[in-house]
Amino acid sequence: MRENPASEGRPTAQAGRAPLPRNAANWATKVDRLTADSGGGLNVAGRRLTGPVQGFGKMWRKTYWIELSPEISPRAVIATWKGHFGEFWPKASRFKGPLTGLSPGDVALLDVSVGGGVRLSTGVFVLYADEESFTLMTPQGHMFAGWITFSAERSGAVTVVRTQVLMRANDPLYELAMACGGHRKEDQFWTQTMTALAQRLGAAPGVVHRRTVCVDRRRQWGNAGQVWHNSMVRTMMHSITSALARKRQPAPGPR
Amino acid sequence: MDKSMTSMVVRVGDGLTSVIDIRGDVTAASEPALMAAYEEASRQGARRLVLNFSDLKYMNSGGIGMLVTLLVRANRQHQPLAAYGLSDHYREIFELTRLDEAIGIYDDEPSALAG
Repeated sequence: MRENPASEGRPTAQAGRAPLPRNAANWATKVDRLTADSGGGLNVAGRRLTGPVQGFGKMWRKTYWIELSPEISPRAVIATWKGHFGEFWPKASRFKGPLTGLSPGDVALLDVSVGGGVRLSTGVFVLYADEESFTLMTPQGHMFAGWITFSAERSGAVTVVRTQVLMRANDPLYELAMACGGHRKEDQFWTQTMTALAQRLGAAPGVVHRRTVCVDRRRQWGNAGQVWHNSMVRTMMHSITSALARKRQPAPGPR
Repeated sequence: MDKSMTSMVVRVGDGLTSVIDIRGDVTAASEPALMAAYEEASRQGARRLVLNFSDLKYMNSGGIGMLVTLLVRANRQHQPLAAYGLSDHYREIFELTRLDEAIGIYDDEPSALAG
């Protein structure tokens, strides 16, 4: 699943160049497109990564946070989260990442229920990971273009665990879907995820707080053509064509 | 996460361009300092902004996210954003995150000012 072994074999300094920063190994190395080696998931191979600059819709910064006992260290939170990421997701959605936990350059496959029986198969790329935070970046066709950063830090007498999503819907269809319940569904998704994480860490039940800021109200109509890559449409079409192909296959005869 | 140790100094670059010298660590915690620098540059009448990363020590994904926020604010005011002084490592990060498609990357200050 590793798209690029982020820092394996990476020199600590390049001759005649600026020394690498102390967190160089925490960043993924550059990729132009995700490849079939990335796990072979539907709507992943050949896709470019997309950040909030590339999306279509309004830009949102959504922050979800929960306060835990200070006895739970930020490093313990992130180690558990990176190591068992998909286990905290709501049951209707599946996350298939490396068994050893998330590392920079990894690609994980997603199969997400988006409501009404519709599913979305896509992936995410691990852009950055250190001991107190990690960031995922989305590919073309994902519901949104952006980054999701998971972090934990000590703040006064508590450990604050945070999920921050910086995103634009990737195309006009997704923008419409986000406006028609998509944002609410995403809020529920991360609230459930963070509640499950807190439970796993042995924390007392707490409230997941939420703050949503519209960073940019403008839509980027020049990127409307990204609807071609829409993974929700492609997942539906794949399901229909697979069902038709199964129907056309002759039934096995009696032996 | 470490609290960011950042210093941002605004100076006039060339005519209506302001240069923001960024020193130290750039993380999400640097946002107030960067936004204050942006506002100072705008007050000085900057029509274009150049970020000088020559003394950047460290940047994490929170720092990259903060640059997107700055980019949106600058775009809203029709102020193009450019950068120089990025190490090979951070130049690669700008390419990976595709920030380089919105922020012009240059080798040095004269070429960034010439834009």
